[in-house]
Order: sequence, then C-alpha cells, then structure tokens
Amino acid sequence: MIEDWDKEMEKKWFTISVYSENSVGLLNRISGIFLKRHINIESLNVSKSEIDHVSKFTIVVYTTEDWVRNIVGQVEKQIEVIKAFYHTDEETIYQESALFKVASTLLFDERNIQNIIKDSNSQIVTVSRDFFVLAKTGRRNEIDDMYQQLKPYGIMQFVRSGRIAVTKSEMKISSLLKEFNQ
Amino acid sequence: METLKKEKTASTKQSTKRISGAEAIIHCLLAEGVDLIYGYPGGAIMPLYDELYKFQDKLTHILTRHEQGATHAAQGYARVTGKVGVAVATSGPGATNLITGIADAQIDSTPMVCITGQVARHLLGSDAFQETDIIGISTPVTKWNCQVTKASEIPEVLAKAFYIAKSGRPGPVLVDITKNAQIDEFDFSYEHCKGVRSYNPYPKPDIKAIEEAANLINAAKKPFIVFGQGVILGEAEEQLKTLVEKAGIPAAWTILGLSAMDTDHPLNVGMVGMHGNYGPNLLTNECDVLIAIGMRFDDRVTGSLDTYAKQAKIIHFDIDPAEINKNVKADVAVLGDSKVTLDLLLPMIKTNTHESWHNEFKKKYKIEFDQIIKNDVYPTKDRLTMAEVIEEINIASGHKAIIVSDVGQHQMIACRYAKFKQTKSNVTSGGLGTMGFALPAAIGAKMGAMDREVVAIIGDGGYQMTIQELGTIFQNKTPVKIVVLNNDHLGMVRQWQELFFESRYASTVMVNPDFVKIAEGYHIESKRISERKDLKDTIKEMLASKDAYFLEVKVEKEDNVFPMIPSGASVSDIRLK
Ligand SMILES: Cc1ncc(C[n+]2csc(CCOP(=O)(O)OP(=O)(O)O)c2C)c(N)n1
Ligand SMILES: [Mg+2]
Repeated sequence: MIEDWDKEMEKKWFTISVYSENSVGLLNRISGIFLKRHINIESLNVSKSEIDHVSKFTIVVYTTEDWVRNIVGQVEKQIEVIKAFYHTDEETIYQESALFKVASTLLFDERNIQNIIKDSNSQIVTVSRDFFVLAKTGRRNEIDDMYQQLKPYGIMQFVRSGRIAVTKSEMKISSLLKEFNQ
Repeated sequence: METLKKEKTASTKQSTKRISGAEAIIHCLLAEGVDLIYGYPGGAIMPLYDELYKFQDKLTHILTRHEQGATHAAQGYARVTGKVGVAVATSGPGATNLITGIADAQIDSTPMVCITGQVARHLLGSDAFQETDIIGISTPVTKWNCQVTKASEIPEVLAKAFYIAKSGRPGPVLVDITKNAQIDEFDFSYEHCKGVRSYNPYPKPDIKAIEEAANLINAAKKPFIVFGQGVILGEAEEQLKTLVEKAGIPAAWTILGLSAMDTDHPLNVGMVGMHGNYGPNLLTNECDVLIAIGMRFDDRVTGSLDTYAKQAKIIHFDIDPAEINKNVKADVAVLGDSKVTLDLLLPMIKTNTHESWHNEFKKKYKIEFDQIIKNDVYPTKDRLTMAEVIEEINIASGHKAIIVSDVGQHQMIACRYAKFKQTKSNVTSGGLGTMGFALPAAIGAKMGAMDREVVAIIGDGGYQMTIQELGTIFQNKTPVKIVVLNNDHLGMVRQWQELFFESRYASTVMVNPDFVKIAEGYHIESKRISERKDLKDTIKEMLASKDAYFLEVKVEKEDNVFPMIPSGASVSDIRLK
C-alpha cells in the first residue's frame, strides 16, 4: 500500500512562515510537531517581524503538500501562534546568507580568489593579518557554488544561515490581530 | 473558620492582598470554581500542600495512590461534569508520572489543568534533586504549558490555563511552579482570562458553508451521520437529536460520541469503527452524504482511507480547523462550536424520513444479531460472556449508570452493549487506549456525579496497572462499583495473536492473584462469580450496595470480539468471524 509519507514524487520545497508571540518554549513546541511526523527541518530562522513584539519563524521543509498542510494546521493551533502559512519557492522571494573564513595569505597570493569574490558578488567583511571573512547572500545554489570554488584553497570556517523569505502575496497579520483583540 | 471565609470573599472580590504564591494558587482555583482536586505531595509542592491543609473546608484534595491515578481521576471528573479537572504533583518523578494521563487528555480533548512543583528558580538547570524538564517533556502532549518562576505571575498564568483548557477544543494544560514562586509573597488580585490574542477558540461559523451543508443534506437519498465527542463537548445533544429526527437520518457514533444520543433511539444505528456495528461500517461505503459531527476520522474509525466513503460527499462539522482535511477531505467544512453551527443548520433542513435507507441498517443489524449479538448477549455455552454481564448491568441500572471502561476486549464489549439514556455517561480512553484508565477515572466520575451509579468495567490486565487506587476508594469511601471481567488473558492482544500471529500467545497469558482478597484487604465488599445462575442477583446486589463494591466475573478465556475491521483494511471488509 502506498502511504502518503512515501510519495517521493510529490515532494517539494515549502517555506513555512509562522507569526507568533515571543515566548519561551514555543520553538520547542513547533519543532516537536515536525519531530512527531518524522519530518526533517531543512532550515530554520527566527526573527522579529514587521509587527512590534511579533516573532516570525521561517521554516523550510521538503515534503508533500498534504504533509505541509497538516503541519501548518498543527502549528497554527498552538496557543501562541498567531498565524502560519506555507508557500512554494515560486511564491516567495528567498535568500540565505553565508560567511567564509579564509586565510589572508590567499587574498594576496592567489589571484583567482579576487575573481571569485568579484564573480560571486560577495563582500569582504573583515580582513586581519591571519584571515579574512567573506559574506555572501543569495540562493542556496549560489552559496554552494562559491563554496565549491573556494574549497580547493582551504576554507577555515564556513556557516550558512537558515532561509529567510518574504511572500509575493500579502500575509494579513495586523488585521488578524485586530480581529483577535475585539 | 471565620478568617477563612473572609479570605474567600476577599479573593473573589478581586481586592489586593499580600499572600504567598501557594495561597494564591488556592484563591485562583476557588475563583475558577474548583472545589475538588486530585494529587500527590512531595518536596517541591509542599508549600501548596500546606495551604491545601489550611483551606480543606473549601477545597477538597483527594490523595490518589499514584500521580497517574490523579490525572485519570481528574479526567473522569471532567468527562462527566464538563468542568476542568485538576491534578497536582511534585517535581521530578511526580511530574513525569502525570504524562500518560496528560497524553490521554490531549488525544481525547479533555479539559484538565495540571499543577506541578518545580525546584527553586536559582536551581533550574543544576540537576537539582528531583529536577526534571517537565515543560520540555509535556510540550507535545499539552494544549499549552507554562513555567512560573515568580509568585506574581501565578494569577495570570492560572487564569489563562483554565481558559485554554476549557475553551474551543478542550485539552490539558500544565503549569510548572518553582518552589520560590510558591513561597514568595506578593499583592494578589485575580481576573478571569477572557481571551488570548493569538488564540481563536471559536471560529466564526460560515453561513455559506452551512447553507451548502443543508443543500447537500436536503438533496441526499442516503444521508448518514457519524457523531463524536464534539457533540458532548459542545453540549449539542438536543440539536443532534433534532437534526436526526427532522431529516430522518440514521446516526452512528464513535466510542467517544457514545451516550450523546439515547442508545435506544430508533435512528441510532450503533457504533462505527474497528469493533463497531456491521451496518454503520458497511453502509459508510454506501451512503451518498456523510455528515461527520465533532469527530476526527481516527484510523480506528475509518480503516483504510483509500477505501473510506469514496462515493459520498463529506460534510465535516468541527471546532478545530486542523481536523478539516487532516484524514478525510471534506466537500463542505463547517467550522465552529457544534451547538452553534447545528442551531444555524436546523432551520434550513427539510423534513424527511429515508425509510428504505434506514431499513438497510435494520437488515444489517439482523445479520449481526444472528451471527454475533445473540451469542454474545444470550449465550448458550457454559462459560459467561462479557456481553451478558454488561446486559445485566443495563437491566439492573435501567440504562442510567455511568459506565467507565478500561482498554481491551471488555472495553469494546462495554461500548458495544452498554445502554445509555443520558449524555456524558460513557467514560473510556479512546484515542490513547490507556490500560489502567478506568479505576481512577471511575473515582473522578463518581465524585463528579455523586447522585449517579458509576460502574467501572475493567480487564484483569488493565486492573493491575492502577489497582492501588483501591486505596483511594477505601480512604474516601467512594461508592464506585468495580467489575473485573477476568479472562486470565490480555484478551485483546491474545485475539490479535490468534487471528494474525497463528495463535502464538506471546506474553498474553496472565497468572492472576486472588482479586477478591486484594479488595478485601482494602475493606471493600467483594465477590467472585463464574456461573450464569449467580449473575443477575449479584449484579443487583452490587448496584444496591451503598458502598464501593468489587465484583470479579470469571468469563470465557478465549472469546473474541466481533465484528472486526482488521487493522488497515476497508470498512467494507468488516469480518463477522
Ligand atoms: C498501558 C498499555 N499497555 C499496553 C496496551 C496494549 N493492550 C491493549 S489491550 C491489551 C490487553 C488488555 O487486557 P485486559 O486488561 O485483561 O483486557 P481484555 O482485553 O482481556 O478484556 C493490551 C496489553 C495498552 N493499551 N495500554
Ligand atoms: Mg483480560
């Protein structure tokens, strides 16, 4: 019998946006919803939102639409969650950021490094005697490309942030909050 | 005494008064109308127990014999009263012992507030004695939980806890209160919670959806209602009955919906699900409109989803938006409190009878009666059956008892055969299937409905999971009637082993103690019977007793519960043997 969770063909990337109160333990509560369904969180970002004192979780998952709908329903049900949405990649504008720490000698000795920096549209954040730090913002594959290019020269440290995304359509949170307050 | 009274009025008047956090907890409970709580003391909750001692004339605390018992008792109380059940425990092991009951309340939507003690704020995270992360542990099984580390936070958090537990789709809430917060003093005042801005417990009914539902129902040739606990929680029993009668729709129940409608009502066609009735299961796949009211299409109800009611238009009434399209896609979803939405629906419904469709159910019932029910309830073999015991209780109680069942074959038999006239009368662990639920739940049910007969139906296996609660019954002189249907097996698992594991009875044979002696040890009147000739009189004697009564009935050891939809099979493949 083909179960829903096994429908490999129907899996897609989804960005889940969660507007919530800023409260202790909510992250645990939300991540538990994924855990219970044995679904991996591919990336997670928590920040403030466009509304004062309202937090925003941006969660990326690779799963079926049935599952993402189920998850968003459960997330939204949590008391401190104001509203949760899910969107496909086409419906969002999304970015990730990465930092590369590389030995300073490379900057001066390897001409190619300069080209990589220019071509990748990354910025030099800091340069010290021993190392310099490159920052790159973009789609995940762009960051992956840059990683591959720098790798032969030696990357001292690398980190990539979770996806951040805004949607092309509106997410009506303020009016929702007003409605709740009535 | 006089001073106590003054304090009570002071708290309800919401004037400010400097008191300890522990005393504040008491005033919060009183302000929420709580007069009975269940629990077990220990170090981190001792300040609260000291206040409970002082306020014992206003707030009764029942000492259970295990914290799990406290949760199930609170659940039993909540299920028969519709009020919030309260359970209290200390930190660490006391708190972790609550988890099974909390998980049970979560999946069965039972309003409950659990209060746990916690080590002092400055010790959090130090692996102090009896420190455990109960917030972390309880998060996936609570509707909401919150840790309080300051006395002054207590009133607001508890007010919110009660509001959340009871409103919308009810559920368990846990409030973890550090010891310093119980001891420290602050200026107390109390205000009921009237809303939480990020929480919308009562979705506004959508008139369009209700109209669509009415149109579908009015045009239906073979409409079929399946109702669940949402009818009981929403107190929409009258509305359901009116709908059923006005539109002439056969109605079946999930085990948590049982007792929302008189079991003898001519249009009540029985139970759906794995061990439900033949007609309602089979005809699920023949109806043209399936009207689900306050039920959540649990897999034990639907069997395989690929073959569940595919021919029917589905109308789903539910208060919880997350239930819509979760398991079964709804053609029309009506969100909201069942009473409100049904009230809006009723005037749009046309009178109808659907006689020939109803006759389909009667025909199927006849088949089930001849092949199963007759042998269950009126057996000709020597050994007693579980069903005839239930039937005797029906007769002797006049369908008026509250039946609290545990988990296993006896539960399915109790739910199949118990008769009810009154709502909130069937208390069982449906979603979690928690063995050990019934004995403590019966204590809570009795305390919540002292004027009613409460009969617990328990298997020999599950009984021994919480048997220590006989101590609670003895100490509080709680007049519950306890019936153990002893088949000397973990019967339900044995049945599966017989049917699906070629009768390899791995660890399902029970060598049981002398249950009567155990009950006698607790000074509870008790009796064991194994012959049909003793059944009627003993049941009468049990129900006539003003005190607690324990009855062990030795029943056939290897009986099976039928009909049965094997796990993962279609409702159409329901087996009669
Ligand atoms: C706490 C718990 N453990 C295990 C189970 C699995 N289980 C379901 S029914 C059952 C057998 C119950 O035996 P008994 O209480 O004697 O009832 P019977 O089926 O014989 O009527 C078991 C072990 C469960 N439901 N709950
Ligand atoms: Mg048994």
